[in-house]
Amino acid sequence: MKRLDFVDVLSADRSSARESDLNNFEYSYKAEITSVYRLTDTEKLYQIRIVDKVQRHHFAFRPGQFVMLELPGIGEGPFSISSSPSRHGDLELCVRAVGNLTNFLSRVARGTVVGISGPFGTSFPVEEMENSDVLLIAGGLGIVPLRAPLFCVLENRSRYNQVDIIYGARNPSEMLFTYQYQMWRQFDINLEIIVDQADATWQGPVGLITEVLKKRIKTAGNDLSSNTYAIVCGPPVMFHFVCDMLINARLPMQKIFVSLERRMHCGRGKCCRCNIGATYTCLSGPVFDYWSVLNMKEAI
Amino acid sequence: MLFKVFPENALEILYDVLAPYPLVGPQAKGKDREDKDIFVFDYINSFAELRLDFPTTIHSVKKFLLPSRENLCTFNLFDGDWEKYVDFNIYKPHVFFGLHPCDINALNKLDKVLTGPVYPDPFYSSKRKNMFIIGVNCNPQSWCFCKSMGADTVYSGFDMFLTDLGDKYFVEILSATAYDILTQLPIADPSEADHRRFIELMDERNRNFVCQVDSSDLTKILDLEFQSPVWQEWGDRCMSCGSCASVCPTCYCYGVKEYVDLDLTTATKQRQLYSCNLIDFAMVAGGHNFRPDSPSRLKYRYYHKHRGFQEAYEEALCVGCGRCGQACLADITVPDVIDSVRRQKVPK
Repeated sequence: MKRLDFVDVLSADRSSARESDLNNFEYSYKAEITSVYRLTDTEKLYQIRIVDKVQRHHFAFRPGQFVMLELPGIGEGPFSISSSPSRHGDLELCVRAVGNLTNFLSRVARGTVVGISGPFGTSFPVEEMENSDVLLIAGGLGIVPLRAPLFCVLENRSRYNQVDIIYGARNPSEMLFTYQYQMWRQFDINLEIIVDQADATWQGPVGLITEVLKKRIKTAGNDLSSNTYAIVCGPPVMFHFVCDMLINARLPMQKIFVSLERRMHCGRGKCCRCNIGATYTCLSGPVFDYWSVLNMKEAI
Repeated sequence: MLFKVFPENALEILYDVLAPYPLVGPQAKGKDREDKDIFVFDYINSFAELRLDFPTTIHSVKKFLLPSRENLCTFNLFDGDWEKYVDFNIYKPHVFFGLHPCDINALNKLDKVLTGPVYPDPFYSSKRKNMFIIGVNCNPQSWCFCKSMGADTVYSGFDMFLTDLGDKYFVEILSATAYDILTQLPIADPSEADHRRFIELMDERNRNFVCQVDSSDLTKILDLEFQSPVWQEWGDRCMSCGSCASVCPTCYCYGVKEYVDLDLTTATKQRQLYSCNLIDFAMVAGGHNFRPDSPSRLKYRYYHKHRGFQEAYEEALCVGCGRCGQACLADITVPDVIDSVRRQKVPK
């Protein structure tokens, strides 16, 4: 890279003096897609391993954070990390083939090298949740960002009290991570699944996710005010109903966490594409507590 | 701050001293429909081209720091693998000769977002650090509301600042580089009469600001009036063309696209300045659009500039230059919109 002397009219407090920050802005780790697991017709789970051993080991993220995945020449997009933080740079990303980048991604072969930058954004405070009941409530693809905190719970099961997963899917064929349900249950996790539309094989309940939640709240005596945390992720319409129910059950707002989805072009608080008002979903989010969400117009 | 004066005809010496550098300044390019000069910031090749008496320019100097299209990196593609090359597109130190206070303030606002402390943007920072800025005082135009936005004067972000006293220039010096350069001119300490003349001129300039915006309690009012029908009315007029963002000296939103070259051996990642008024600004893959209609997008623009940025940095992301209102095809101006939100009445 060519270097020129700076005139530097910016006063020292205005310009970041850290050259490393500036040079890392466009840096991406090379990472190999080591395996692809087809979850449904449209979603695949990609095992992505940062190629360099040292970089892989030093790659540290917190549950709920996201990475920018880049396919050179095709595009770049934000994806929630849905693997355990203890696996460092051996990432799992669950991706639905829906746009240019993700459709291309769904066709690439194992062994393809992609670019990964990050991790970015805020995370779920899993340490703060210790010694409490944890409610993980997911609708559709919302289960993806919840999988990282779920792994934290599974790996430290003794530190958490009752753990519930309430998962709503459109129909049984769109359910994600079916192969892990048994494992989760064996870790003493109450997994309740409800679908909008049953098919011939479906044995479970049919209806809205709020029905399952209502039952769960009832068994808690309609009072979640002590010792419960909730993590909610799903389509915008779900947030309203689910969060309202939790608030009515007296769960404090600062103990409800949501993960929001927006289109991001940079992930670094520059491009404004993910803004809600002037709040950058990539910097102040994607994980927000419900109080913050209520203070942002049009957040959900 | 140090103050000096130099005679009017020494301005050309200042130009000559700086001429070896790439020098950008206001110059007349073409005429408008009323046969008035249209001014732009562009490279100056002779002293005669430099028109410090310019009223305003269509675009600010933003295009030199945030070009409408800029390559972020290139890739060499091999079989299943790639190499990434990043060039910050640093250019030689540039002299910006003749920036009005609003435009310097606009750069200071951009600095808050783009030079740190969180993920400082090297593409912007490297160019920004290579600027030598000479500010010049302006004559307020009928659409300028910079005084209401607190951007009619500037205290930092420039090297020297000139005010025309008639037969001499009054100069505020903010950097050692600027002082060194000025020593090559016949400079003198300002006399008591110069002080008086300067203050009189500033008083006169202050009286010439006619356009005003009442921005008191605006963050709260914008929140209270989030569902106000005035947004619908303005949104119906807005053509979602993005002209306002294009001419705005403080708009920095962008989109990123990648291109593979036809021979499939190289690829480019490019960013393009964008506008939150364009229809697909907040659209996610799969087609869901968080702001699908023009009222919500126009409202977002005002919320970002006058509420969100205010909350984050205790100042609005607007310097009151009025360029957006001048460029708007539907004659939507910031003073009108803010006034209508306060009074719940949209002018016909």
